[in-house]
Amino acid sequence: MRVGLFVTCLVDLMRPRIGFAALKLLETAGCEVIVPETQTCCGQPAWNSGDAPGAVALAKKTIAEFEGFDYVVAPSGSCGDHIRTEYPTLLGEEPEWRDRATALASRTYELTDFLVNVLKVDSVPGDADGLIQGSVTYHDSCTGLRSMGIKEQPRALLAKLRGIQLKEMDGCEECCGFGGTFSVKFGEVSAAIAERKCNNVLASGARAVVGGDLGCLLNIEGKLRRMGNETTQVLHVAEVLAGRV
Amino acid sequence: MEIKSMQFKARAAGSLANVALQGNLKNAKGKFVTKRAEAIRDLDDFEGTRDAAAAIRNKVIDNLDLWLERFEQKARDTGATVLWAKDGAEVCRLVIDIAKKHGVKKVTKSKSMLSEEAGLNHALEAAGIQPVETDLGEYILQVDNNEPPSHIIAPAVHKSLDDVADLFHKVHGTPRKTDIPALTREAREVLRGHFLSAEMGLSGGNFLVAETGSVALVTNEGNGRMVTTLPKVHVVITGIEKVIPTLEDLSTLMRLLPRSATGQSISNYFSILTGVKKPEEHDGPEHLYFVLVDSGRADVVGGDFHAMLRCIRCGACMNHCPVYQTIGGHAYGWVYPGPMGSVLTPLYAGIENSIDLPHAATLCNQCGIVCPVKIPLPDLLRKLREKQTERGLRPLTERIGLRMWAWVAQQPKLYALGASFGARYLKWLAGGADRIRVLPTAPEWTLGRDFPAPQGKTFRELYAARRKSAAT
Repeated sequence: MRVGLFVTCLVDLMRPRIGFAALKLLETAGCEVIVPETQTCCGQPAWNSGDAPGAVALAKKTIAEFEGFDYVVAPSGSCGDHIRTEYPTLLGEEPEWRDRATALASRTYELTDFLVNVLKVDSVPGDADGLIQGSVTYHDSCTGLRSMGIKEQPRALLAKLRGIQLKEMDGCEECCGFGGTFSVKFGEVSAAIAERKCNNVLASGARAVVGGDLGCLLNIEGKLRRMGNETTQVLHVAEVLAGRV
Repeated sequence: MEIKSMQFKARAAGSLANVALQGNLKNAKGKFVTKRAEAIRDLDDFEGTRDAAAAIRNKVIDNLDLWLERFEQKARDTGATVLWAKDGAEVCRLVIDIAKKHGVKKVTKSKSMLSEEAGLNHALEAAGIQPVETDLGEYILQVDNNEPPSHIIAPAVHKSLDDVADLFHKVHGTPRKTDIPALTREAREVLRGHFLSAEMGLSGGNFLVAETGSVALVTNEGNGRMVTTLPKVHVVITGIEKVIPTLEDLSTLMRLLPRSATGQSISNYFSILTGVKKPEEHDGPEHLYFVLVDSGRADVVGGDFHAMLRCIRCGACMNHCPVYQTIGGHAYGWVYPGPMGSVLTPLYAGIENSIDLPHAATLCNQCGIVCPVKIPLPDLLRKLREKQTERGLRPLTERIGLRMWAWVAQQPKLYALGASFGARYLKWLAGGADRIRVLPTAPEWTLGRDFPAPQGKTFRELYAARRKSAAT
């Protein structure tokens, strides 16, 4: 099974270890993983900012890079959904590209969804490593949850780690306030929404908050630290599941 | 109503700094969200009912002219007069003409957002006619210097019990009280005299039923019935999109409206009003007028934002919106707040008058999930952003920045270079710490939170190095 790993631009720039964690998880499960080196960004920021031509150009670029694989996997519900749901829409007026987008869409997955529902993994490498121990709480990122149905998959995988207990927080499905460019256009409102999320994280008493989208995690970590919290770890689910990379 | 949406950012900052408002918003959020969730859980087939409701609304708005003609004919058959208003100014003119024709000095009002759109109270006062708001929330706002509503179904939700206690003490000249039933009784006592002396009643309309020429009213306080049955003249003001085909359709929509709005399986009062008082009847108005308002709606038909006309004004989208929950309704600067408002305000009050609103959303899609008629609100907000870009309404720096970024992202080598530089720059900014306190390239981010530092090298650099070492 040849899997194209879509690293995402944010992971590339900010947290390469999440990309390596995803790579380890997929390879451990027996996939042949290829990371196309020309990949950049899926184009979601352009699409959500009203730059349709930019979004269309990046969609075509990404489709051309990834359509040769059996599957495309991204450690992000947001980017994954952009490829799966939005590409066929935004290329709707170009039949040839729309068909290529639709064909790719059906083979595009968010990482935890892929591990659970396609690979049906029995175990995850992080269990043996025991890198992270103790209680964690899970933040459901909006697009993954509401558009891709990512809810039970990460929880099912975390349950395979013997050193970890899941403590659900109040409002785990509520938006953290990130919203891509929203976070820099309306910084104060965004940070105020993040504060509610962080209060729920802290109230859960968990040692770490775990999520599947780096944008949300940077937002939550940034707010926790500004609130003076130095101890709560903020981790991508791939890091927790993969252990040492 | 005067539009202040261009000051969204400053108004939002004001809301964030208002400690009392923040407390009131927190209370309101809990009630609305929890009660709706419970009410929806009790419904046998919420998703199926949503589909049916959306289909009913689509059926109407896809042939709006036809259904309006059918309603008009039926309403006339019941003795009502049907008038058409192109815009808010025409609403005011028509209502004042009706009032003058019947020698009206005082108008009692049940809640009507259309009258807010038209700025009707102000126009009535200028014409020497006294408007009296009788919905408790609207009454509170009217006696508080005509403050605008901050929510479409709970207009005074931004106020606390203490705010109202102080207000009533001041305007009624009575001892201050904080018992809610006592405060409500006090308002009732003031309003009773108005109900009995007004010559004209004015209401909105939740739905217009084409089959019978009726207007359906959903209220919780009973004031709607006083306004629509006591005075000799009843004027209904509502948008042209509010028509539905049949009473059967009304029952489908009513399974969703109160549940989505207030978490009630049915509102305290639900009235279906048909025609004028007949000779053998004891109550009801002698004269019934429908003022059916366009104000931008007809232009939306058949276009990119057609789905928005399905809206049944329940307010669930704003109740569940993380942005609305954080800043309240006044920040949005016009009649309709929250996600539905951020779509409607540009459409009805001008895209150029509300530049921030389509962007003032995280696109979390909680609004789309709770919408009883399945309006894809995030898609519509995104489409408005696209329209803004097409019309060159976004700031030049933003437009250039986005185009540059999208262009660079199409040049892999250049992009890789830019990303390497960016990662190192951010790492340098952090100065050895795990966070950046002030981010010069995106200062808004660090107003209220830190920006975590990057690892330092990009994934593609580390991956290439790893491949190289594996090969040797």
